[in-house]
Amino acid sequence: MTDNRPINGPDNIISPEQIIAQGEVVYQRPDALSDAQTHYCPGCTHGIIHRLIGEAIDELGIQGKTIMVAPVGCSVLMYYYFDVDGVEAAHGRAPAMATGLKRTQPDKIVFTYQGDGDLASIGAAEILHAANRGENISVFFVNNAVYGMTSGQMAPTSLPGQITTSSPLGRDVKVHGFPMRMAEIIAGLPGAAYVVRRSVYDARTIRQAKKAVLTAFKTQQAGLGMSMVEFLSSCPTNWHMSPAESLTWIRDTMVPYYPLGDFKVAEEVKALG
Amino acid sequence: MASTIKGTIVIEVDRCKGCELCTTVCPQDILHMGRGRFNARGYRPVELVDPTGKCTGCALCALICPDVVLSVYRYDARRAPGA
Amino acid sequence: MTAKRELWKGNEAIAEAAIRGGVEAFFGYPITPQTELLEYMSVRMPELGRTFLQAESEVASINMVYGAACGGMRAMSSSSSPGISLMQEGLSYIAASEVPAVLVDVMRGGPGLGNIQPSQSDYFQMTRSAGHGDFHPLVLAPSTVQEAVDLMYEAFPLAEKYRTLVILAADGSLGQMMEPATMPPMRPPLTEAERGDWAVRGKGNREKRIITSLFLKEPELEALNHKLQAKLSQIAETERRWEEIQTEDAEYLVVAYGSVGRTCKTVVREARAQGVKVGLFRPISLWPFPWPRLRELAAGKRAILVSEMSAGQMLEDVRLAVEGQCPVDFYGRMGGVIPLPDEILEALHRVVATYRPAVDSAEPRSE
Repeated sequence: MTDNRPINGPDNIISPEQIIAQGEVVYQRPDALSDAQTHYCPGCTHGIIHRLIGEAIDELGIQGKTIMVAPVGCSVLMYYYFDVDGVEAAHGRAPAMATGLKRTQPDKIVFTYQGDGDLASIGAAEILHAANRGENISVFFVNNAVYGMTSGQMAPTSLPGQITTSSPLGRDVKVHGFPMRMAEIIAGLPGAAYVVRRSVYDARTIRQAKKAVLTAFKTQQAGLGMSMVEFLSSCPTNWHMSPAESLTWIRDTMVPYYPLGDFKVAEEVKALG
Repeated sequence: MASTIKGTIVIEVDRCKGCELCTTVCPQDILHMGRGRFNARGYRPVELVDPTGKCTGCALCALICPDVVLSVYRYDARRAPGA
Repeated sequence: MTAKRELWKGNEAIAEAAIRGGVEAFFGYPITPQTELLEYMSVRMPELGRTFLQAESEVASINMVYGAACGGMRAMSSSSSPGISLMQEGLSYIAASEVPAVLVDVMRGGPGLGNIQPSQSDYFQMTRSAGHGDFHPLVLAPSTVQEAVDLMYEAFPLAEKYRTLVILAADGSLGQMMEPATMPPMRPPLTEAERGDWAVRGKGNREKRIITSLFLKEPELEALNHKLQAKLSQIAETERRWEEIQTEDAEYLVVAYGSVGRTCKTVVREARAQGVKVGLFRPISLWPFPWPRLRELAAGKRAILVSEMSAGQMLEDVRLAVEGQCPVDFYGRMGGVIPLPDEILEALHRVVATYRPAVDSAEPRSE
């Protein structure tokens, strides 16, 4: 006999404790994330991306055989935030280190996590060649259009006219060149099996980003070649915006230049479902 | 007919950095920044203000939270034993 | 089956010796005069089911070595002078995170693009500054292909014993020459249990392991440096290597290493035949430099002649070792020019003429 009386009508309020006790967990911290509190600025979406990766590792049950390659940049300390084996690469060299790890331990799941300075600037050769070799690793590329750790310099992904601490008059494309669309560039290399761009500025994009992380790991598990997810991410501190404004800035200003979407999905990856 | 699904969240107060993102997405508007209370890291943590049990456990707050501050629970009276 | 002497090209002999020594992963990049080492690896490593990869640059190569080494694998690279310069950041990371790794440097003429002739002008690069920060790789300098084989064979055990970087410092002539050598037996591969308990191999159900060279809190970085220094002094205690020839009754010493050290054996032999009591001191470990023995030998010597294919770099270590007990002179060639025995012999005679006691020389010294 079901009771359709409104639960919280005057006579039977359900207390939070009862909801917790008798209800079910809808969301909680993934095991693959450690208990450490992150050093990221308030509202920085590195935290969301970390969480999505942690969730995917849990769901695929690969925590025990995952090896993480941390970059130099804001996420240089990420090995504190994950409960997986990890190494710290020199700036830009994560794909090379990941290559060394994956080639000698092919049964492990190896991923790099890199910012735009790390991947698109000093590490451009490494990511290009890792992709071209179809290195069987997953690359999570966080594009927040500035160098965050060193407090807001222009990055290869800074937008035209974007004011940063090293482009005080705004990025002049005639002087500094154009922002690099790495997903499109990497997608052009045959060795890349799965290359997409996502973001994490609202519930819809976060859910899509989560699926992409899962697909990237599955691509690696199936040995189909390099997988890369580029995330448009925020930097409230160095963009001089509130966390909420920075998410809006991603949607209204970054996305037009960096369209979200799939740029390379090999047939075999599609077949993974 | 009022919803038979009720939810609540657990806030790890000292993890919150006061970024306010969760308050911008809560459909029930029951998440607000605490007034005059600081956590161990000196931030003003978020608070759940839900006297009439509006929370449905939709987890949109947890989805947007960059610091995994929020755990979400849901209770569905229809499936509750002996309801 | 007794190992047989075969004719080997230096670079290939070093590669095969590394394979016999148990290398599991080789990452490298073409650069003369080292490339045959890479080519040889490209054939043999896949044959043995081991990892070989030609990387996009030396920067990538050393970081691939670093990655593999973090996993407790026996990983190495090889290059030559300009390539080693590109690797220096990686070498510093390897040293700071105490993972065992092996590198072969087949030195060439420098600075700049230089040329592809043999040279020793990277002595400082390897012994003083193989990268930023206080660290020293263990540097071994062979003078023959056989010695290169023997030292290469020891490289991985040494690297693992001290969890450090080992560099085999050869030069273009050693890499390119051919001479007979005997290969050591194939060392059995490492078992999973034999890999370091620090190796990053997926946490399974143990505590996670992190290998990083980042120590933001300065007391922690200072503690790491103390640990590295303690290790270096331990290495210095046990791994100083050199060769001495006719030093017991010598009045003069020639100090030279690597292929110049080999040339100087001829110089000593000929000088002795001409009545000069001279001996050879040939450092084999460039770091740790065998200064204690050299300091002992310097006592009572009339003069020491150092010879290098450079402007004089080991010269400074010799002077530090001798500590003014006797004059230390230098004869070297640069730019990839190989000094011939006669030139060094003449230099030795000039030294003898300059520093022999006045009593037995008829006319006063002129110059």
